[in-house]
Amino acid sequence: MAQVSMTVNGAAASGEVDGRTLLASFLREQLGLTGTHVGCDTSQCGACVVHVNGAAVKSCTMLAVEADGAEVATIEGQAAADGTLNVIQQAFQDHHGLQCGFCTPGMVMSATALLKDNPKPSEAEIRDYLEGNICRCTGYHNIVKAIMAASGQDIPAIAAG
Amino acid sequence: MPKDHGIGASPKRREDVRFLTGTGNYTDDINIRGQAYVHFLRSDVAHGRIKGIDSTAAAAMPGVVQIFTGADFEGVGGIPCGWQITDRFGEVMQEPAHPVLAQGKVRHVGDPIAAVVAETAEQARDAAEAIEVDLEELPAVVNMKAALVDGSTKVHDDLTSNLCFDWGFVEENKDAVEQAMQDAAHVTTLELVNQRMVANPMEPRVAVGDYNRATGDHTLYTTSQNPHVIRLLMGAFVLGIPEHKLRVVAPDVGGGFGTKIFHYAEEAFCTFAAKAVNRPVKWTSSRSEAFMSDAHGRDHVTKIELALDADNNFTAVRTDTHANMGAYLSTFAPSVPTWLHGTLMAGNYKTPLVYVNVKAVFTNTVPVDAYRGAGRPEATFQLERVIDKAALELGVDPIALRRQNFITEFPYATPVAVEYDTGDYNGTMDKLEEMADFAGFAARRAASEKNGKLRGLGVNCYIEACGIAPSNLVGQLGARAGLYESATVRVNATGGLVVMTGSHSHGQGHETAFPQVIAEMIGIDESMVEIVHGDTANTPMGMGTYGSRSIAVGGSAMVRATEKIINKAKKIAAHLMEASDSDIELKDGQFSVAGTDKSVAWGDVTLAAYVPHNYPLEDIEPGLEETAFYDPSNFTYPSGAYACEVEVDPDTGKVTIERMLAADDFGNIINPMIVSGQVHGGLGQGIGQALLEQCVYDDDGQLLSASFMDYAMPRAADLPFYEVDHSSQTPCTHNPLGVKGCGEAGAIGSPPSVVNAVVNALQSAGKDVTHIDMPLSPSRVWAAMNG
Repeated sequence: MAQVSMTVNGAAASGEVDGRTLLASFLREQLGLTGTHVGCDTSQCGACVVHVNGAAVKSCTMLAVEADGAEVATIEGQAAADGTLNVIQQAFQDHHGLQCGFCTPGMVMSATALLKDNPKPSEAEIRDYLEGNICRCTGYHNIVKAIMAASGQDIPAIAAG
Repeated sequence: MPKDHGIGASPKRREDVRFLTGTGNYTDDINIRGQAYVHFLRSDVAHGRIKGIDSTAAAAMPGVVQIFTGADFEGVGGIPCGWQITDRFGEVMQEPAHPVLAQGKVRHVGDPIAAVVAETAEQARDAAEAIEVDLEELPAVVNMKAALVDGSTKVHDDLTSNLCFDWGFVEENKDAVEQAMQDAAHVTTLELVNQRMVANPMEPRVAVGDYNRATGDHTLYTTSQNPHVIRLLMGAFVLGIPEHKLRVVAPDVGGGFGTKIFHYAEEAFCTFAAKAVNRPVKWTSSRSEAFMSDAHGRDHVTKIELALDADNNFTAVRTDTHANMGAYLSTFAPSVPTWLHGTLMAGNYKTPLVYVNVKAVFTNTVPVDAYRGAGRPEATFQLERVIDKAALELGVDPIALRRQNFITEFPYATPVAVEYDTGDYNGTMDKLEEMADFAGFAARRAASEKNGKLRGLGVNCYIEACGIAPSNLVGQLGARAGLYESATVRVNATGGLVVMTGSHSHGQGHETAFPQVIAEMIGIDESMVEIVHGDTANTPMGMGTYGSRSIAVGGSAMVRATEKIINKAKKIAAHLMEASDSDIELKDGQFSVAGTDKSVAWGDVTLAAYVPHNYPLEDIEPGLEETAFYDPSNFTYPSGAYACEVEVDPDTGKVTIERMLAADDFGNIINPMIVSGQVHGGLGQGIGQALLEQCVYDDDGQLLSASFMDYAMPRAADLPFYEVDHSSQTPCTHNPLGVKGCGEAGAIGSPPSVVNAVVNALQSAGKDVTHIDMPLSPSRVWAAMNG
């Protein structure tokens, strides 16, 4: 067992973990942050995306001990303290960018990372960027729309329906 | 001006806030103090005889609580099948036993042999690896036609063969269809495969069993589309627990698409084991496990023939299908290739004669059951492909050929035993033509060709049957369940309402859409209505959500219960205003006396119901709570016309979807935003089937596509923005909302248009290609082009 300490959504967090404990498991099971989801076991689906030191990371593919000392951000830390959704979260709701909600935390965290690097991505850039995030409900239509809307682009001019 | 309230408005989904902030409550988020974890040791061969299991070493591993094998489940029931088919000869289907843990034999890769309960999930997994199974591997049967050859290895030794049933529909039409084929001016024949699919909701299945030794109460938390059905099947047929001692909870569920309808062995195991070890027991499926234990979909091998007269009128359809059941009968498996498939073979067309033969076959593969569309995509695909092939052979326009044969008068009784209540197939096709700019296709093709690409246009229609019903009919067809839905509407003293529905929402947005109906009926704000679902302890009996039935059946039950509420509330209002209840009108949340200025507010009446000081106690009871069960008199029949434009790279065979258009008729619509979202998702899955997805077994029954590395799930870059429309509306005539259901349309309607478009593109380059089996991967398309 190893002791790990990190900052999660701005607050100090620590715990005892096995060497094999994944960051996703540490967040979900030890910190109770169950917003981060695990949808596959091959690092493909992206439901587990969190930010580690500002970079989007699949938390199912990183050991908890590797995140020792890091700044971790999860879906639980994205809204304002009073519960107000951030721009990306709000765009997902406004444009019906989620249905069952299981892939949503990873989608939001990936979209956040994308818009940080590319504040006005094209449709094709968004679709390419989401290569590692699988959604089975939405056919991606409204997810792409939501991310374009969050970046301030004119949605009715981009896609109908 | 779009409505901002009630039926037809698109309020933002209230469930989104919890999902967007990581505060949903999915089954894997549930942890009960003291819980142990289970890991299933699954067969890694497709077929084998278990000669012995030695778990001595495993039992001594750290953290192991108890190890279970099939022997622990002798005396416990097997996993039941919910539908019994009677074959062409009047015999009932062959129905094998399906033990919770394998007994004697394993029959597919993934069949559970043993289960380890341990302190941690890792310890359970480690110990499972230490179990020694003496397994005699047997030859596996994978190919359906080989499985039916005399002398083939049998999946179940105690059955007479691998044939589950040989179903003919309508058997009395068989000879007349043969005669029509002989008399036809033209017969188009097409052989095709509707490939095996894996539903893959993003949330893997999870089960948490809990048992209270003091009260004898069992609780199962599970990822289910229909918790009451699980309670009934598991309680009555597997574990012998009466319903009042068994609570089943399906909280937030991360997608279903059919595969979370069924009762699974893991649910029964966790419920059983929680009592046996006297601790909560939790199982969380890995994705790899999901591939080898979630029921798969489709897997039909079909030959279809379409007969036409000299004027190109359809005179008969004959179809011959082998349908894979897998190794055991999943809950509703027998209904899918039969009643959900055969009854749709008339499609949108007035073909007078139809004969459907289905041979359902056991193989050493994962059980196959309903996947989004369930039987209807298989019917639509073969019919709409053979029509396109006929148009090609006859040199006629495929749209004109369809229009010529459309059913145009309703109600319409098909030759396959169903009666379409409403529809307007020319209307949806007109809408599609308006959206699709077919006139501009030649220019778009020229532009693609200039870039070295082929361009194709494909069109198809579809009809589906949703809200399968009524119960007395489906009972005659072999269903071992009723197919009604229930709702309890509880009005609180201060006027808010709680609707407890048997429908289950796992992405469909019921929590938003259902209140819109109540808000419309009473004239109050949606925020006054709360939806409760997914917990047998909190809701009346429910049949759950599948087959696009929630708003048509569950919504109708809610309407009926609300009508009872309104009737009673009017009596209370009449008393308060000293008027006759027949004179009371309800509008905008106010009860008024017709022709007067007297009125009382909704909240005054609800308060009176619970504080009955001035109340007609001699006539009616206090309180305001009503339950209704709604059993529809018929299916609903959504329909539509779809178009797809593709580009094909002739050098690689890669297909790109350039445009995907859907013009649907769902009848009346409660929330257009949610309906569009449902169509988008269906289109994504339909395109996935057409271009990408395929569950692959090798000849030994090894599952080759058991992860997202191997099974090609559609990703964002594989799909375009869709163009969808549902303004063509012919309301259903037999349910109170006039709704038809929209959940499966996209998945049913899109695969044929994609394949039709690719064939069209290849034809434009002079290639003699009339069909390619799905998925239309680059290698398959390239091979088709290059002979």
